[in-house]
Amino acid sequence: MTAEIIVVTSGKGGVGKTTTSASLATGLAMAGKKVAVIDFDVGLRNLDLIMGCERRVVYDFVNVVHGEATLKQSLIKDKRYENLFVLAASQTRDKDALTQEGVEKVLDSLSEEGFDYVICDSPAGIEKGAHLAMYFADKAVVVVNPEVSSVRDSDRILGLLASKTRRAERGEGQVTQHLLLTRYNPARVAIGEMLSVTDVEDILGIKVVGVIPESENVLTASNNGVPVIVDTASPAGQAYSDTVARILGEERPLRFIDVPKKGFLQRVFGG
Amino acid sequence: MGILDFLKRRPEPTATVARERLRIIVAQERSSRGAPDYLPMMRNELLEVIKKYVHVDIEAININLERDSGHEILELSVTLPDGKAKSDATNATTAN
Repeated sequence: MTAEIIVVTSGKGGVGKTTTSASLATGLAMAGKKVAVIDFDVGLRNLDLIMGCERRVVYDFVNVVHGEATLKQSLIKDKRYENLFVLAASQTRDKDALTQEGVEKVLDSLSEEGFDYVICDSPAGIEKGAHLAMYFADKAVVVVNPEVSSVRDSDRILGLLASKTRRAERGEGQVTQHLLLTRYNPARVAIGEMLSVTDVEDILGIKVVGVIPESENVLTASNNGVPVIVDTASPAGQAYSDTVARILGEERPLRFIDVPKKGFLQRVFGG
Repeated sequence: MGILDFLKRRPEPTATVARERLRIIVAQERSSRGAPDYLPMMRNELLEVIKKYVHVDIEAININLERDSGHEILELSVTLPDGKAKSDATNATTAN
């Protein structure tokens, strides 16, 4: 049994890749899967903070690739879910510290260790780190904001996924592409200030696998070092749960894409 | 939204502007995806050569790359200014 490799990528920075990687990995672990989530952003480690394990990083991804530590020593066990592990990025090395062969070896070892899923948290950009994060992927979650530069960059990334991956090079079929729309604000969409779900789907020619509403809970969660999906009361957490279920093959309707209905008095007097 | 909102003039929603701009740029970038990197440079050099003989603008040169099964067609078309030949097209086929 080989692990399924899912890359979380976007091209543009700051759209929610790490937030998504953390919640996706945690959500799959909540569904009982054995999951490893790897930070590919060498030099700018951040996944450890979002996962809340920053003080427990001893060895990192680069150490494993260079044989300076074993995989077992480097995987950080999540404090909430015992079937969830984090592999941190190196904070001191440069981005050339990762090699294709090295990454492949780590991914193969994770398969041998019985992992069901490996989530690769890609750095921004389309350079080496981003290339390595997507190269071995079976599935891709392309994170996009309803904003012009993010949509354009996503289209570029979708093009790279179709050509610059191992699957594409070997003719083993397409990397399954999932589009995840984050920071969605239904109120601004309703008054024509923000691209809608259908706008983004039409422009990119691909359906969304989920829509995560802009939510204050995301910042709260990152402040606390708890992936937002764990906050099951929050809209963002629930939207991530839906997304994970869809990736696992379940059908669920989109939520949080409409403005909550206002009462009669609010409509007359404003507010 | 209040009761007097209909008195305000509504500007064109910016999301519509964003959508149209993205439609155009995404279509344009998709069509040039996978095209060789040398195309813009070749276009400039061709312009220099042509300029020695006729006065043309860079906008007058169009480069199109079309892919069919098994071969690619690189099409260059140069619109010459009035007084000379009306227009001229050069086709070059590269085997693939």
